[in-house]
Parts: sequence; structure tokens; C-alpha cells
Amino acid sequence: MTTAPGSIVAKPPRQRTPLWKREGLQALPFLAPALVLLGFFVVVPVVWTIALSFNTGAGLRFRRWIGFDNYERLLTRDHRFLDTESFPWSGAVINNLRWVILYPTLCLILGLITAVLATRVSYERVFKSIIFVPMAISATAVAVIWLLVYSPDPQIGIVNAFIDRFGGSPVSWVGQTNTVNYAIIIAYVWASTGFVMIVLSAALKGISQEVIEAARTDGATEWDIFRRIQLPLLSLPIAVVTVWLIVNVIKVFDIIYIMTPGGGPGGASRVIAFSFFVETFENGKGGYGAAVAVIMLILIIPIMLWQIRRFRSEAVVT
Amino acid sequence: MTTAAETVRVARPKTTTARLTAFIAQTPVHIALIGIAIIWLVPTVGLAVTSFRPRPDIASSGWWTAFWNWDWTLKNYDLVLNANKMGSSFLNSALIAVPSTLLPLFIGSLAAFAFSWIRFPFRDTIFLAIVALMVVPVQTAFVPMLVEFQDIGEFLTGRKDLITSTYAGLWIAHTVFALPFCIFLLRNFFITLPRDLIEAARVDGASNWKIFFKVVLPLSVPALASFAIFQFLWVWNDLLMALVFIQESDLWPMTIRISQLLSTYGVEFHLLASGAFLLMVVPLIVFFALQRYFVQGLLAGSVK
Repeated sequence: MTTAPGSIVAKPPRQRTPLWKREGLQALPFLAPALVLLGFFVVVPVVWTIALSFNTGAGLRFRRWIGFDNYERLLTRDHRFLDTESFPWSGAVINNLRWVILYPTLCLILGLITAVLATRVSYERVFKSIIFVPMAISATAVAVIWLLVYSPDPQIGIVNAFIDRFGGSPVSWVGQTNTVNYAIIIAYVWASTGFVMIVLSAALKGISQEVIEAARTDGATEWDIFRRIQLPLLSLPIAVVTVWLIVNVIKVFDIIYIMTPGGGPGGASRVIAFSFFVETFENGKGGYGAAVAVIMLILIIPIMLWQIRRFRSEAVVT
Repeated sequence: MTTAAETVRVARPKTTTARLTAFIAQTPVHIALIGIAIIWLVPTVGLAVTSFRPRPDIASSGWWTAFWNWDWTLKNYDLVLNANKMGSSFLNSALIAVPSTLLPLFIGSLAAFAFSWIRFPFRDTIFLAIVALMVVPVQTAFVPMLVEFQDIGEFLTGRKDLITSTYAGLWIAHTVFALPFCIFLLRNFFITLPRDLIEAARVDGASNWKIFFKVVLPLSVPALASFAIFQFLWVWNDLLMALVFIQESDLWPMTIRISQLLSTYGVEFHLLASGAFLLMVVPLIVFFALQRYFVQGLLAGSVK
């Protein structure tokens, strides 16, 4: 709230018509294009998709209403989506869960390490650029880059070249069920760590150097400084970044689609967004795909609420 | 402020020997950082080197051997650009990305202005609703949007594929999904502009349009640039939405073309590496030329 002297002059006297009414009309031409587009192409479609998920939706149009059949089949009988009958559980949902756990954790650990260490050296800028560049690259290109890294042929893929050198036998990283997911997750972590590093490094820069120097003269070790000063002050940026990473992971599609076009060996690398694409556009089952999309939406809702609440608390300040 | 700067300076070693000792004491940090940097560089370097190697070489020896067995060629690029239409796809990517950046930028900045400097009923509620739309998965709108496009096309000209046989569908899709973030980002910037300036312009009789175009937009170039760069790269790098909204193969952007290379020829690295490298060129140039804006956009975009 800046109550500068100028504002005394600037405030016009209230007239008979309430001010907001006149101004409200003036806002219309500014707002209308955005609101019409958002209403017509986002809000209506979301409601439409929810409705479609209770329909067979063959040919992507409304056909026959079938209640919760799509959901029932998805969650109990579609073993590519969710298989809870045999242990360990499997399917796209479980795979996505693997992503949700591993991808943010690895990105955060690596991002934190690189952000903290980089501030201590003179070549900080160059180092940060190197880690950050993959963030600018398309997931499609990242996928090709890592297909090359993982190539099962030790004459092509560098990972298998190392294994071959030390007497092991080459592994088909994206070609077998037990490694395919981890291989793709690592590739995506490689691409996203730079983002975490940049956000955390900006937050670290905001911590007063005096406090750190004072702690040092008082005999604090580097670990103490990290653990007792830097880490607590990073908790909010870490929370924001974690949410971003989780949103990213619920939507992950491009990199998996390129690295394992059919969804990997036996569909082992499918995630929820992948199931949506296959069911809707390859199998033409609009209703079934819509149910998958609605499940994605439900998973996102807690994040949506978190964001609104965070924004509300900020809005009070301004 | 000066005292703070001095304390820092005093604490730093001054002589060359002291600096050297400090540098050596940090050896583990240097080793860790250089190790990480190498791991991060190797995959991209591998791709770049592979894209310049003759096809038989790629299959018979690792790309790392190319450093001592010099045999570079541009043939892969010739093949992928001409025979595999990556050249026209490069143009398609640009024709998709530029309008998909400018449209939300313009429409979003109009709305952001209203949310920051015009009072109207339910302003905060509508704004919060838009914040909520930011994380809606695009998948929840794909099918209805496609049907809407078909219906609009049929209604206007009797042709169902009026919109989906051009870039228009993809432009609209990218625009509407960028709008919430654009409005959020720009509104947060616009409200930081000095209130006195806007009020003074109002007193002088300037209309909202005039204030928007002559005062707010010129002062907001950094924020506009941040969004524009973020959005341009987002669209340039996108595969999923292009797969859904582009049906004509002549209109395919580079991302789809690469996925087609994979499904047609299998894992043929002479094509894939040069194709992927072409896809990366524009983002890399943007990244190195406009790093500051790009980072700002990403920091702001951490909520998307």
C-alpha cells in the first residue's frame, strides 16, 4: 500500500453512480477476449469431458450413457491401467506413482547439491549454464539424446560401452520391463535438475552473507551453515518447486512416447497420460479416455487448492 | 551497506598464496562440480558428435572414438532436411510457435491490465478461478475441443476439417492453455507499477486504452519478454498438443517429424541425432542470447 502524496489529488470524488459500476463496464473489452476463450475452450470442455466419462463416447461423441462403467473397468479390470491382483501391483497408475516418488526426490537432491556447491566456486555461472541447458531442450530431443546413451549396442551407447569395458554384458535399458521406467526417469531428471537448481540458487542468493560470515567466525562448520541456516530458509522455495515437479510428473507424456513408442515392453512404461492418449486417439474410446482424464484432474485438485490458498495469503499483503 | 561489503572483503584471503590454499582446500567441491558438469554434458555432446558422423561409423564404433578418428560429414543433415522433410517442418514449428506466443501475450495482457488497474465486481474471485485453471491437465479438454472445432467448421463453411486441417486449432489450444499463466504473471507485474503514474494519467483524461498502450505496456517489457520466451519455447518443444491438433502431415512440426522417423525407420541414429539437433538449435540460441529473461520466466512459471 503506497500512500504517496499524489494519491490525495488523484482520487476523484464519488458520483451518483457507484464507481465500480461505471468502471465495471470499462473492464469488459479488456476481459472479454480472455474470458470468452477460457470459458469456451477450457471450462466447457472440462465439464464436457466429465460428462463424457459416463458415456461410451465412441468416435469421440456422446453415444450411450453407462454410469460409472468406465471407472469401474479402469480401476478393477484394466490391468494395463491398474493391476492390484498380482503382487507387486503394476499398471500405468503404479508407474506414475513411481514417477511421483522418484522424479521429484532425485531432482530436489541433485538441484540442492548443485545449487549449494555452485555458490562456492568462481566458475559458478558456467557450471549453472551447463546444468540448466537441458531445461531449454524439447522432451522429444531429450528422449533421442538418452536413447543414444542407453543404446543396447556397446558400440553406440556409452553406458553399455562402460559395462562392456569392465566385463559385463550389455543391458537393454529401455527394452526390458525392470529397467525401462528408471531409465526414462533418469533422463527426465537430467533435463529438470537445472530448474530446481536455478530456483534454489536464487533463494540462496537472498540469504544475507553477513549471517553466514558471522556463523563462520563463531566456529560453525560448513555443514552447520547448510543445515541450520540455509536449509530452513529454503523450505518455501523447495515446497514451490516440489509442487511444480509433481504437476509435471502427473502430465508426463512426450519423453515416454518417444523413448518407448508403444509404451515399452508389455506396456511397462505407460503412465496415466499415456493411457489417456492411447485409449482416446489410438483406440477411439472417447468415454474411457475421458475417465482417465478425469482421474488426472482429480489428482491435480489438491495442488490447485494449495495454489489458490497460497495466492490468497499473498493477496492479503498486496 | 558499505560496511557489509567490507566485512565480506576482509574475510576473503588477499594474497595469492592464501587464495591458492583456499582453492586447494576446496578440492572436493571442485571435483564434485566438474564430475557433475561432465555427466551433464556427455549426453548432449554425444548427440551432437553422432549427428556429424557417417552412418556406417555410427553403427561400428562409439561416438567418442570420433575425436581421434576424424571423419565428419553433413550428409545426415542433408538427408533429414530434404528427404525426410525436416526443413519444411522447421518452418512449420515456427509458424505454429509465433502466433501461439503472440496471441496469448496480447489477449492475456489486456485481461491482466483489467485485473490490476480497473475495478469491477468479483474481480478477485474471477482472478482466483483463473489461477486455478493454471494447473488443469490439457488432456481434460482435448476431445471436446476437437469436437468444437469440427462443429464450428461445419457451421461456418460446411467443412468439418476447416480448423483441424490448418494451424488454427493448435494456435487456439496453445493460446487458451497459456492464458491463465500469462494473466497471472503479467497481473503480478502490472500491480507493481507506480500507482501515482496511472492515477496521474487518469486525471489527465487518458482512457484505459491509452493507459494500457502508452503507460503500462512500455513499462512492462521485461515481463512481456519473459512470458514470450517461455511460451515460445514451450510451444516449440511441444509434442502432445501437436499430435492431437495437427492432422495434416504437411503441417507437422519437428517434434512429430522425429517421432515419425522413429516409427518409420526404427532407431536410426544418423537421422534421429541430426533431427534432434535441428530441433534443439532454436531453443539453444534463445537460451544463450536471452538467458536472463528465460530464467525470469521460468522462475515465475514455477507455479504453472
